[in-house]
Amino acid sequence: MNKAPKDTRVVVGMSGGVDSSVAALILKNQGYDVVGIFMKNWDDTDEFGVCTATEDYNDVIAVCNQIGIPYYAVNFEKQYWDKVFTYFLEEYKAGRTPNPDVMCNKEIKFKAFLEHAVSLGADYLATGHYAQVEQRAGEYKMLRGIDGNKDQTYFLNQLSQNQLEKVMFPLGGMDKKQVREIAREAGLATAAKKDSTGICFIGERNFKEFLSNYLPAQPGNMETLDGELMGKHDGLMYYTIGQRHGLGIGGSGDPWFVVGKDLKKNILYVGQSFENEKLYSTSINAVNVSWVSGHAPGAEFTCTAKFRYRQADNGVTVRVKEDGTAEVIFDEPIRAVTPGQSVVFYDGEVCLGGGTIDQVFKSGEKLTYVG
Amino acid sequence: MERIYLDHAATSPMHPLVIEKMMDVMQQNFGNPSSIHSFGREARHILDEAREVIASSINATRNEIIFTSGGTEADNTALIGIANAYQDRGKHIITTQVEHHAILHTAEFLEKSGFEVTYLPVNEQGVISLEDLKDALREDTILVSIIFGNNETGAIQPIREISSILLGHQSFFHTDAVQAYGLVNLDVKELGIDLLSVSAHKINGPKGIGFLYIKEGIKHQPHLHGGEQERKRRAGTESVPAIAGFAEAVKIAQGSMGEKAELFRGFKRLLLALFEAGNINFEVNGLPDSSLPHVINISFPGTNVEAMLVNMDLAGVSVSSGSACTAGSIDPSHVLVAMFGKGSERTKNSIRFSFGLNNTEQEIRQAGEETVKIINRLVK
Repeated sequence: MNKAPKDTRVVVGMSGGVDSSVAALILKNQGYDVVGIFMKNWDDTDEFGVCTATEDYNDVIAVCNQIGIPYYAVNFEKQYWDKVFTYFLEEYKAGRTPNPDVMCNKEIKFKAFLEHAVSLGADYLATGHYAQVEQRAGEYKMLRGIDGNKDQTYFLNQLSQNQLEKVMFPLGGMDKKQVREIAREAGLATAAKKDSTGICFIGERNFKEFLSNYLPAQPGNMETLDGELMGKHDGLMYYTIGQRHGLGIGGSGDPWFVVGKDLKKNILYVGQSFENEKLYSTSINAVNVSWVSGHAPGAEFTCTAKFRYRQADNGVTVRVKEDGTAEVIFDEPIRAVTPGQSVVFYDGEVCLGGGTIDQVFKSGEKLTYVG
Repeated sequence: MERIYLDHAATSPMHPLVIEKMMDVMQQNFGNPSSIHSFGREARHILDEAREVIASSINATRNEIIFTSGGTEADNTALIGIANAYQDRGKHIITTQVEHHAILHTAEFLEKSGFEVTYLPVNEQGVISLEDLKDALREDTILVSIIFGNNETGAIQPIREISSILLGHQSFFHTDAVQAYGLVNLDVKELGIDLLSVSAHKINGPKGIGFLYIKEGIKHQPHLHGGEQERKRRAGTESVPAIAGFAEAVKIAQGSMGEKAELFRGFKRLLLALFEAGNINFEVNGLPDSSLPHVINISFPGTNVEAMLVNMDLAGVSVSSGSACTAGSIDPSHVLVAMFGKGSERTKNSIRFSFGLNNTEQEIRQAGEETVKIINRLVK
C-alpha cells in the first residue's frame, strides 16, 4: 500500500493501558487517520455494577480525546468465551497449563478484531505489543521487540503473513521506559497507570478462587515419584510444573517443587530442589505448529526456542512432521518444560513461529508424569 | 469533513434565540427568585413568565408545573412521588416494556421497595393493547405510566384511549412525553393526562432543565428537601437562565410544530426512497407514517449495529441505535426486544435516524447515500 499516512486508516486496539495509548499517539503524530477501538472480551461486573472494562474504557476515552482521535468499543465476549475461555478450561481439565493470551491473539485480536477493523475501512490494525514487523524480500518478518525484557513475540507466535501485512506494532522499536516517558511528556491520562499483570480475565484476583468457579476442584495426594506421601493437594489444575509456592511442605533441606501430575490417580508429584533432575527434559513433541512465513524453514533445522515467556533462548533442532506437529530436540536439558505452554522458534531476532507443547521426553522416553 | 447530525432524539442543538435569551438573563438577571429585593423580583418575574408559557403549551395552569433537572428527574418524581404519596390506596403500578430507562429503572427500584409493577407488552408496531391494559388494571393500581412517543422507534401510544379506560378508576395516569413534546399537540385536559414529563434539550432548549406537570389536587411526596421553591414540591434555587431558555424553546416549538412535522415526514420518505433506489435490504421498525415525525428506526438485515454505527460516524453521519452501549457491551434495545422478541436479528441490526433543527434535504440525501454505500460494503 502506498497511500499517504493521512489517507491510511489505522485502527488501534486500545486496552486503556499506557502501551496502546502511546501506540495511538505515535501513529497520530505520524499523520495517520487513527481510530481507537476498545475491545470488550470479558464481563466481570460485580454486584455494584462496577466492571474493570468500564474503568478501562473510560481511560481509553480520556486518552483518545487527548490525542484527538475518534474512539469506539466492540464486544467480543461471545467469541472470546467460545474460542479462548473454553480452550482454557479444557486444557486445565486435561491437567495442562494453557496460554490464553496466545489463543486470544490468534482468534480474537488478530482475527475477529482485525476483521472488524477492516470492516471499518482500516488499512492497518495496530496494537501496543512489543514486537516488530518488517518486510524483507516480499515477505513479512516478525521480529522481537527491541526491549528484550518486554518482547511479546512469544504470545504472537501464531500470526501469519495475511495478518502481518495488515499489522503495525509502533512500540516494537522502543523500550518500556521510553514509552512511559512519551506518555508522561504528552500528559496522557494513562501515563502512570500500572501495567496489567496476569491473565487478562482474572486480573488481580485469586487464581485458585477464579478457576474453582468454573472447574470442580478434586483434592488428592501429593507424593514423590517414589510413592512417598508428602501431603495433600487442592486439585491438580492449581499447579504447574516447576512451581514452588503453595505446596505447604515444610521441614529442612532443599525446597520442594511440582515435578508432575497423574490425572487418572489424581496425584501431584513433587520433588526436592530447584535442580531436581525429574524437572529436566531433552525433547518435546509440539502440536498446532504454525510458521510466520507460511512454511517451515526446512524439514530439519536448528534454531533457538523459548518454552515459556521471558525464558532465555535455548538451542534446539526442529524436525517438522507432515501432520503439522514437530519434534523439538534440545541442545541441553531444559527445566520445567510444561505441556499446554507455547514453544516459540527464533532465528536470531526473527520469530519463525511456534506451537503448543504436547508431550515431553527425556532421552527419548516420554515423561508420563509430566502429562 | 461535513458532519451530518441525525440524532436529535438523543439531544438537539440549542436554537440561537434560546441562546440569546439565556445570555440576556445571565447578564442582566442573576437574582434569586426567592429574594425579596428588586434583583429577586426581576428573576421571579422571568420565572413566572416562563412557567406561564410552558403551562399553556399543554393547556395546564402555572401551579401544575414543577421545574426539574430534566426528563429523568421528572419521571423519577412522578413514579416515586406518587407511589409514596398514595401507597395506602394500593401498591400496584402499570407501565410498559418500551419505556425509557428513566421509567423502567425507577419502576424496578419501586419493585425492590415493595411495589408491584406490571410491564405491558407491545405488538410489532410497538403499541400496547388496550385489552392488556384493562386486564392488568386492579383495584389496588395507583399509577399507570405509559410513554407518549417512543424515543427509539417513534411509536405513539393511544393516550386518549388509555385515559378513557382509567376514567372512574383511582389510578393516576402519567406519560413520559420527553420525545413527543414539541412535535405533537399535547393538551393534558383533552387527553386526560394527570402527570407528564418533558425535557428542554430535546426541543432545542438547554440541558439540565425539564418539567413535570402534575394535575392540580394530586399529591406527591417531594424527594428534594430544603427551601420552599416550586411550592415546596422541589427544593433548590431555580436555574433561571435555563428556565428562560426553555420557555423560549417552547415558544419556538409551539409556533413551528406543523411545519416541522411535515418537513420531517418528508425526510423519512426521502430516506426510504433512497434505500429503495440503492437496492439495499431494509425494514422499518414500526409505522413510519403514524409515529413521531422526527424518529425512524430501520433494520438493515445482514449488518450489525456495532459496525454500522462506527462506519456511519467515520463517514460523518451521526446516528444511533436505541441501545445504550457502554464499554463495548451493546445490550440489545429493550424496545426492539419487546416488539420482535429476544432472538430477532432486528435487535442487532437496527439504526435510529432522528431529525431536527437545521437538517436539510441535501443532508438527508447525503446521509441516505452514505448509508447505502456502507451497507453495500458490509453486506457482500
